Amino acid sequence: MTTIDTVELAEKNPDEEQPYAELGLQADEYERIKEILGRRPTQSELAMYSIMWSEHCSYKSSKVHLRQFGEKAPKSDRMLAGIGENAGVVRVSDTLAVTFKVESHNHPSFVEPYQGAATGVGGIVRDILAMGARPIAVMDQLRFGAVDHPDTTRVVNGVVQGVGGYGNCLGLPNIGGETVFDPCYQGNPLVNALSVGVLPVDRLQNKAAAGVGNVVILMGAKTGRDGIGGVSVLASATFEEGSEDSRPAVQVGDPFTEKLLIESCLELYDAGLVVGIQDLGGAGLTCALSETSSAAGLGMRAYLERVPLREPSMLPHEILASESQERMLLIVSPENVEAVLAVCEKWGVLGTAIGEVTEGERLVISWNEHVVVDCPPGSLADDGPVYARPLREPADLILLQADRAETLPRPSDLRATLLTLVASPNLCDKGWITEQYDRYVLGNTVLAQPEDAGLVRLDEESNLGIAIATDGNGRYTRLNPYEGARASLAEAYRNVAVTGAEPIAVSDCLNFGSPEDPAVMWQFAEAVRGLADGCQELGIPVTGGNVSFYNQTGTVAINPTPVVAVLGIHEDVTTRTPMGFAEAGHTIALLGETREELSGSEWAWVEHGHLGGQPPKIDLGHEKKLADVLRAADLVSAHDLSDGGLAQALTESVLRRGIGATVTLTGDAFVALFSESAGRVLVTVKDVDALRAAAGDIPVTVLGTTGGDKLTVEGQFEIPLTELAEAHQGTLGKLYG
Amino acid sequence: MARVVVDVMLKPEILDPQGQAVANALPRLGVTEVSSVRIGKRIELEFTGEPDLDKAREIADKLLANTVIESFEVRLEESADTARTAQ
Repeated sequence: MTTIDTVELAEKNPDEEQPYAELGLQADEYERIKEILGRRPTQSELAMYSIMWSEHCSYKSSKVHLRQFGEKAPKSDRMLAGIGENAGVVRVSDTLAVTFKVESHNHPSFVEPYQGAATGVGGIVRDILAMGARPIAVMDQLRFGAVDHPDTTRVVNGVVQGVGGYGNCLGLPNIGGETVFDPCYQGNPLVNALSVGVLPVDRLQNKAAAGVGNVVILMGAKTGRDGIGGVSVLASATFEEGSEDSRPAVQVGDPFTEKLLIESCLELYDAGLVVGIQDLGGAGLTCALSETSSAAGLGMRAYLERVPLREPSMLPHEILASESQERMLLIVSPENVEAVLAVCEKWGVLGTAIGEVTEGERLVISWNEHVVVDCPPGSLADDGPVYARPLREPADLILLQADRAETLPRPSDLRATLLTLVASPNLCDKGWITEQYDRYVLGNTVLAQPEDAGLVRLDEESNLGIAIATDGNGRYTRLNPYEGARASLAEAYRNVAVTGAEPIAVSDCLNFGSPEDPAVMWQFAEAVRGLADGCQELGIPVTGGNVSFYNQTGTVAINPTPVVAVLGIHEDVTTRTPMGFAEAGHTIALLGETREELSGSEWAWVEHGHLGGQPPKIDLGHEKKLADVLRAADLVSAHDLSDGGLAQALTESVLRRGIGATVTLTGDAFVALFSESAGRVLVTVKDVDALRAAAGDIPVTVLGTTGGDKLTVEGQFEIPLTELAEAHQGTLGKLYG
Repeated sequence: MARVVVDVMLKPEILDPQGQAVANALPRLGVTEVSSVRIGKRIELEFTGEPDLDKAREIADKLLANTVIESFEVRLEESADTARTAQ
């Protein structure tokens, strides 16, 4: 029989040695915990502090930088909830609000790709649900290792099936995302997931456990020994002689339970039965109990023996650290408990009263009469350590930036170069992946992959909709983190704008290496500064997001990869602009200016394995004007130019509906086709004079006309659409199909 | 013919939604005495010659089981066919 470490024992044996270092706590952090408590922590308290003070939960290395998102945020009267909440909420009409957030599930997805990715989707959907919203769509941002590495097949198949499996079972459309291959992600694939939900403005929920005497209800799945990685693995392995069945396990998701959780929560919100709510994510009950009570500035009394367990042998610290999926914590007033439990029963989910809100700022947790935790909840949730870690520009950066791709030898056969590039892993058609996802379920999807942004209708009467796009470019950010982050923001902004939507808010998922490496920390600081400055310039606030550090193998970090999601409002989705050429006889024009910008480009990477120089110049003032033009002008199609440049945009536009094109390029044809200058959009119109009039000072270059069954570049080459399609669409199926 | 049977089960600590669904359905059949259900899979490998347990273990480890979340057992089975040919 294991002895349970109680508060009483902690007082009796103050000098007992504790495995704080194995749990990831520093010696001075451990001393601070003792100071806060006035004694040594119990085993359960130590587990809780190690979790809540971990990088993942406390943002201890990133906090000092992330403040800029608040400080520099443009004033927005749309913002109903921002950073620090489960997800940001923005008002989109008098009655409706939208909440969205992108989050990482990188490390679990390397260990067990299917479940890692699936529970990543499940986790972000619960964040959205916790704000009072009905989740209406998901997106995924994936980065894998080298396309031909043997382990990549395992990760790609698992992750894609996991994202699809969970999202499809929940009945949520997957409306877009990104897939990038690069050897830097070999041991650290990035699996980011975004969810978006919609709510009536007055249904907004918050997490504060307010109201002394209110009841704390745990809802959803039973609690098991789920949770791998970081603190919780070590938590159990160190405390006991790690026998097989006490070791924490990979979290397995159950989308059907999540679906029931969604429906029951929404019913509870509508009935006005919920005072506060928080989803149980990475840090399980530990996080939910401490954050809800801390947010209210009150105390809480919880009884762990009441928590429904999958394995009865679980000990208190395991129950607190468990990362079992599909659980929510509700704060309910006593007279409503019965009604809440009745709703749970109706939907077939477990609902259990496990404690109550108390006076005074103390979180007291007991297990079978033993008090195992007695601490101020704020010390767990808000007063974690904050580090201003040393920053140093990477030693190789000057050399890297001097090694410009503009000086590389250029091809003479542009036809062959185009066919190679459009078939390359990052530019090829991602249909093999997106066809595994349900993109149109619920019947409100207007645009989905391969379109530039996902567009979803919110209201059938007014045709109000929202557009979301996500972008991240690790290579640009490696070359120049400040500009790279702004480039990702500009691209996502432009992708939303091409549909005709007005960008209004930003969420981000910042994927970086170890914060203890000053070079990585410098990249992080620069990227955050770039993103915050960029949002200020564009006049759209960051409403929330997530930081994922320690994405590295040994001392080699991934390319810094900030993934930026931009949300826009579309006043009437029936007037949206799609990306593909619609019919023959339309004029093709390019908005924006093409410069000789090849550094960090797909061409340099695919043809030369080259990464060096400075990423394309970003002009956010121009992006803003461009977005206005895209909304005002009468466009048949509009497609953003980014990775792969004009060649890629033309390829995607002609293949979308099988309408060919004939174009004439001015200046250097190679640069015109493969430069990745930002701020450009390929459009088709019926009336080019009207376009010029609408474009104001945005340069308009007429390229040619649509029609035929070939892509013809005058004086250079022509490619039949069948040949182009074969090159563009065959890649992933051949590799993983 | 020589048959090797591989039983693959989710490790005990891993959530088994399928098993749980069955367990939740049992009361509707009037069954109340079953407290837990775990669902796994059984794979039969027919060897052309002598059954090779080590080979079967390797197959199970590399292909049949996801050893991050599943465990497996390998055993020989006297199949009906084997019994008949042995007469």
